[in-house]
Amino acid sequence: MAVEIEHGSGIHTGTSVPVSDGADALTVEIRKRFANGGGFELEASFAVPPGITIVFGPSGAGKTTLLDCIAGLATPDSGRIAIAGRHFFGDDTNLAVQQRRIGYVFQDLALFPHLSAEKNIQYGIAALGTSERRQRTNAILQSFRIAHLRGRKPDEISGGERQRVALARALVTDPCVLLLDEPLAGLDAATKSNIIDDLRAWNQAHHIPILYVTHSREEVFALGERVVVLEDGRIVAQGTPHEVISAPRQETVAQLVGFENIFNATVVSTHEDRGTMTCRLAGSNVELETPLVRADEGATLRIGIRAGDILLATVHPSGLSARNVISGKVISLAQHDMIVTAKVDCGVEMAVHLTLAARDSLHLQPGREVWLVVKTHSCHLMKA
Amino acid sequence: MDWQAFWLTIRLAVLVAAALVFIGLPIAHWITYSRWRWKFFVEAVVALPIVLPPTVLGFYVLVALGPRSPLGRWWQALTGHTLAFTFEGLVIGSILYSLPFAVQPFAASFAAVDRKLIAASSTLGASRLQTFFRVILPLSVSGLVTGIALSFAHTMGEFGVVLMVGGNIPGVTRTVSIDIYDQVQAFNYAAANQTALVLLAISFVVLSMVYALNRRVWAVWPWK
Repeated sequence: MAVEIEHGSGIHTGTSVPVSDGADALTVEIRKRFANGGGFELEASFAVPPGITIVFGPSGAGKTTLLDCIAGLATPDSGRIAIAGRHFFGDDTNLAVQQRRIGYVFQDLALFPHLSAEKNIQYGIAALGTSERRQRTNAILQSFRIAHLRGRKPDEISGGERQRVALARALVTDPCVLLLDEPLAGLDAATKSNIIDDLRAWNQAHHIPILYVTHSREEVFALGERVVVLEDGRIVAQGTPHEVISAPRQETVAQLVGFENIFNATVVSTHEDRGTMTCRLAGSNVELETPLVRADEGATLRIGIRAGDILLATVHPSGLSARNVISGKVISLAQHDMIVTAKVDCGVEMAVHLTLAARDSLHLQPGREVWLVVKTHSCHLMKA
Repeated sequence: MDWQAFWLTIRLAVLVAAALVFIGLPIAHWITYSRWRWKFFVEAVVALPIVLPPTVLGFYVLVALGPRSPLGRWWQALTGHTLAFTFEGLVIGSILYSLPFAVQPFAASFAAVDRKLIAASSTLGASRLQTFFRVILPLSVSGLVTGIALSFAHTMGEFGVVLMVGGNIPGVTRTVSIDIYDQVQAFNYAAANQTALVLLAISFVVLSMVYALNRRVWAVWPWK
């Protein structure tokens, strides 16, 4: 199935970092069991090529434990962690944290409160000669636009500035891997995207694997070239954000990324020449044209549709590229923040997201007859 | 006022407080960060002088320093005299007696240092020793000063251990608290009162310093 790469929130508009041949990719293959964590077990196996890879999952999925194992702050029970032929962890090796050359930005940043921004940044390069240390410090202060903060203590600068200092402190040591544990949590979108732009610019020159842990759906689309979805200690999906989140084959992922509409369906017919197929939603006469997947006629599947991907019309629309137009009746309208959720009965119940303005200009009321428009590629197929 | 006893006591207290920085810091570090399952035994042993009668501690120190113990014999072979009833013996006894007053504030301030800072330090390549001197110690200054001040003040006023280990030799082991005791025995209340007032003043000043330092509003000053 061919997919177009889209960047959800438009934060990243530059070139994407090419996937390398794996020569300097970080490979992780670990198991770790926690006896007193209700038998929680982390079992992960994946590769991180240069560029940003998102580790996505709900809290308690094992994201931080995964980073700690890579950094050497936690020890896996078994497995292998290596980059460019250098083994961090393996059969007989367990390299000390200090020797791994890893940049790690913690969730609460862990800036040294008694040191100025400049001294924080120089912490990891104390062993260098004075002139090189000064030159590297100045370069990274420039890259992250924090030169004016050099003399200030962490408690004298803003949240976004602290984040920049923490990133600079990790990157000035010239690490071979960068681990970011929800580093931008709590920042507004503009500050966040500025910092990410600077991080991308830095990595254009250095080209190291970056693991970025988040539980925010928006960040997955905004940042990642790749995403690894972690749930309950296991990787349930990985690939480009579009592959993983737009067409999840696992319902766990689907729920994770928020499909408001999930239906059982039966394959009615397949159209291999057009790359589509027709499915009937269980318990109704509604037929949808969906992307083609490997499935026989009569097979049962599940279809996920985001409430925000459905258009609503009050007259029968025509002249559309969208292949699915379904008639129905509004059951209810409910408002949450700035979004209105309309429940529409069209044989099955579908949730549709509208703006406040759309609700008002269409004079929507419960009982109103409407038409729902769904693009073929907004229908995401999953194993039943 | 017996100035000889006074200066001897100051000398003893300074030496003991200084020695406890070197002995107490590694012990406090170990107690804070060790994951050894029998660690609590060590903690109990370190805290023992708080509850032990000074005469009991003094008695065992005396025995340990005497010519029948290996330590006493070794010292005798080295210097020609035993440690008991000498100033050096007094220093050793006082170090043991004041150990918890140094180790506990040190360990409490180490424990208050965010573990994430220690993890960050090691990911930045710093060894455990470097982390100790560059992160843990600078963030534990108030605990360090508290430990030094308390062990100084505690040594200034000790009586039982001194009497057991040092006896009462003017210029060698006669400290102010023993001087006060002697004055009272001789019904010389005026002289006893004078010396006692000096001790009271010193203890008050030192404790005021400790509490002032640990006041939250000042906790960052002057190391901010």
